[in-house]
Amino acid sequence: MAFKGAIEIDTAHCKGCGVCVTNCPTGSIRLSGMVNSKGYNYAEMTGDACIGCSACALVCPDSVITVYRVKI
Amino acid sequence: MDIADIKRPENLVYRKPALITDNVMHYCPGCSHGTVHKLIAEVIEEMGIQDSTIGISPVGCSVFAYNYIDIDWEEAAHGRAPALATATKRLCPDKHVFTYQGDGDLASIGTAEIIHACSRGENIVVIFINNGIYGMTGGQMAPTTLIGMKTSTTPYGRDPKLNGFPMVIADMIAHLDGTAYITRQSVHTAAAVRKAKSAIRKAFEYSEKNIGLSFVEIVATCNSGWKMSPVDANAWMVEHMFRKYPIGDIKDVLK
Repeated sequence: MAFKGAIEIDTAHCKGCGVCVTNCPTGSIRLSGMVNSKGYNYAEMTGDACIGCSACALVCPDSVITVYRVKI
Repeated sequence: MDIADIKRPENLVYRKPALITDNVMHYCPGCSHGTVHKLIAEVIEEMGIQDSTIGISPVGCSVFAYNYIDIDWEEAAHGRAPALATATKRLCPDKHVFTYQGDGDLASIGTAEIIHACSRGENIVVIFINNGIYGMTGGQMAPTTLIGMKTSTTPYGRDPKLNGFPMVIADMIAHLDGTAYITRQSVHTAAAVRKAKSAIRKAFEYSEKNIGLSFVEIVATCNSGWKMSPVDANAWMVEHMFRKYPIGDIKDVLK
């Protein structure tokens, strides 16, 4: 059984700590080159390898990540 | 499948807990406090005890915890959260009462309060965030600072001859008969977060059973105080903090 996932990030409230990036098993999240209004390089989804495991959202201190997952 | 097709309400698997307010947390980027707040909010939400839970916030970085979790709160004087929790629980025995304290609050100025609350076996939950430093006041040495660890008041590292040894509070209170459940957890990886959440849930359930005090220590980071990036701080914690403060259950009277 395979899963495909997607994440939505509240970029305005992301503080760019990068804890989600090191916890992602598929390398589907990175820190953007752009900054938000507070000056943080916010996290963003990259590629299409996300499996919707929620690891990034679980470790996010500011609860800015929402995770979706479908069976394929 | 297109990303937009996946982002539908029926596919939602994780969202911000409803009890976490929309206030922007004042914590530094990567601070463990935010993650632990989220876990407490999730546990309270899952147990359906929002209306019967009273939190006691400490003095320290987490003093504003009452701004972030949508339940009833009291704010204690420095270190006195267990004393206030004792009064609250005795006056309102049907409420779920928990304290949320850091190591500067619980292990230093509040040592007497926590030890006597444990000794009396108050039916409260204590969440203890141990990052080995005073975060809010500028990174001074705390009782839990490791030997050799540099802080603003021990710039050459903690020297036991001058500054004494680190205090392992959870192991100390395990000897007291009033404690029911004592565990030490961390929140640096997704697996650790899941374990920490079940520990917090267990602590709330034990306090419902009136069998004594439940104590959940979270070994945490203070990347600003440690002068590291959040990711480096997590790695440093695993390498150094876990040696002195190993993760796992220390006491469980129902086992």
